[in-house]
Amino acid sequence: MNETRKTRVLLAKPGLDGHDVGAKVVARALIDAGFDVRYTGLRQSGEDIVNAARDFNADVIALSILSGSHLPICTRLKVLIEEYQLSDRLWIAGGNIPAEDHETLRDIGVDAIYNTSSSLSEIVAAIKEKTIE
Amino acid sequence: MSNPEKAMEDRRFNESGIEIEPLYGPEDVVASQADDSDGIGDPGAFPFTRGIHREMYRKRPWTMRQYTGFGNAEDTNERFKYLIRTGNTGLNVAFDLPTQCGFDSDDDMAQGEVGRVGMAIDTLKDMEIAFDGIDIQNITVSLTINGTAAIMIAMYLVMAEKRGFDISKLRGTCQNDILKEFVGRGTWVYPVEPSVRLVADTIEYCAKHTPLYSPVSVCGYHIRESGATPTEEMAHGFCIAKAYLDEGLKRGMDIDEFAYRMSFNFNIFGQFFEQICKFRAGRRQWAKILKNEYGAKNPKSMWLRMIAGGGGSGLTIEQPENNIVRGAYYAMISALSGAQTIALCCYDEAYTIPSEKAQQISLRTMQIMIEEMGMTDTVDPLAGSYYVETLTNQMEAEIIRIMADVDARGGIVKLISEGKIQSHVSKGAYEHQKALESGEFRKVGVNCYEIEEEKPEVAMHPYKVEDAVKQTERLKAVKSGRDAAEVEAVLTQLKVAAEGSENMMPALIEAVKAYATVGEMNRVFTSVFGRYDEPNIF
Repeated sequence: MNETRKTRVLLAKPGLDGHDVGAKVVARALIDAGFDVRYTGLRQSGEDIVNAARDFNADVIALSILSGSHLPICTRLKVLIEEYQLSDRLWIAGGNIPAEDHETLRDIGVDAIYNTSSSLSEIVAAIKEKTIE
Repeated sequence: MSNPEKAMEDRRFNESGIEIEPLYGPEDVVASQADDSDGIGDPGAFPFTRGIHREMYRKRPWTMRQYTGFGNAEDTNERFKYLIRTGNTGLNVAFDLPTQCGFDSDDDMAQGEVGRVGMAIDTLKDMEIAFDGIDIQNITVSLTINGTAAIMIAMYLVMAEKRGFDISKLRGTCQNDILKEFVGRGTWVYPVEPSVRLVADTIEYCAKHTPLYSPVSVCGYHIRESGATPTEEMAHGFCIAKAYLDEGLKRGMDIDEFAYRMSFNFNIFGQFFEQICKFRAGRRQWAKILKNEYGAKNPKSMWLRMIAGGGGSGLTIEQPENNIVRGAYYAMISALSGAQTIALCCYDEAYTIPSEKAQQISLRTMQIMIEEMGMTDTVDPLAGSYYVETLTNQMEAEIIRIMADVDARGGIVKLISEGKIQSHVSKGAYEHQKALESGEFRKVGVNCYEIEEEKPEVAMHPYKVEDAVKQTERLKAVKSGRDAAEVEAVLTQLKVAAEGSENMMPALIEAVKAYATVGEMNRVFTSVFGRYDEPNIF
């Protein structure tokens, strides 16, 4: 990892879900842990997210989804991530995601999944570990 | 009875930052009283500390209004009827996100979201199906919608009128508190100014045409969920409510013409006595604001009418059955606080749309309090407790302090527009999360008394794709059956109203009658108002 460049995390709220408490809390924790974080705000389309990830040259694409729409959202986003050649970025998702959907999400290409009871330290440690090249 | 020699480690504070003493006496009540205190008074009389009605639950228990809605209008109508059969005395409607954000079910932005977190409504037709066979005069309905609330109120009133109800006597509530959506919950659509104008239009329209309908339910609730303390919740809620009252006054209405229909929605999770005193303090403060600042004469204008019983952030996905116990405490807090309506959160609500079973347990919790526990027998049973009255005084002083601070920093509308309130409460949420992870803030099943290797047995609400398909098919059928020229004409009229300064409700009502869709009406508004550009602050 380049010593002078902080790891960049794009934190996005896809779809229409307005629950952003968790996303903002994770954003603050990542900043305190030394990451460079850009938060998209609510109601992002797939195109908005891949465009933001490319503009920011994000190392990590992190989605926060609590509406239950994670499968259709990630399925559609996968196509765009490939199209925008962002498949080499760490892709994580957090929120209200039941265990029974984790395998499907991993098959789609999501590298790590966190739920509402995951701790900040766990999320921070995992991203650090996974982004060290 | 404070003890100055008390060791620092023995000191305890509630979430609002007020120190809690090991013992209270009459001198604490006196010492905590404001110089201009109106005391606690009697129930049903100013300053309403003890409740807005003289007899409170003795005359009629709180309305039991469980929150529900999913799939399409048929699915939701069926659940409504189940809830009424089991003893609910009101309905509290959940809408799906496309409806809340102004998208039709066939919109690209609605993909995967139709009917998922609530019921999908595209046109008046859906509203007719949703309430088919339900006596909406006796089972009052609360519509939990904000960004598109004006559209939904118009649809609801047209539906009621078509069903033969006299809307001048129709009771009911719409959440319609857009300012808090910018802080938490996030279903805003238009920029702040036109959003507030729409709220004011509904207030003005309802004051003139549906005087028993409550067009706004101001929500401290979601501000608390977003990370605010209990006193911040109430103070920010009051600042927002005042902003709407000010809009009503700007329309030339007398305060007593519309303030009496303002209602409130507050959160319940947290410490038992802090919550109860929050409500008693808030009720007194709101009465004083209306009387002293707004010059209200009608006591009803001074009433803090409220729904309580929801507290999602207090529930845990770990050991979910513990949420049943939490729910029982929340119900007791709500009842001891004098809530008019209780919508008690369900034990599975931390992760899914509640099952019928979970809904029934919440309802039975309230029914047990009424039928077995004697909770409705006497009014404000905690009054006179040294602790309760002292804490009520202290909570009120803190609410006043926070409101003054908001005003000194430019007022709530400005602070929300700039993202300042959002940033402040989000910082609170972060600090809370850190305290939870460090163990400083104790949560049973989460950071103490955990069950190792717990695999929660969670029954998720099934999402049926066929319901969404059925919804888009009905939308298509409704659209093809309309008079296209009529729809175009009513939408043009709506645009004229939006571009001008007149009240937009009459034009919305005409559009709804012509079966214009939520998406069509929303597009008219966005073409005139634009969309809210969220400040990128966390």
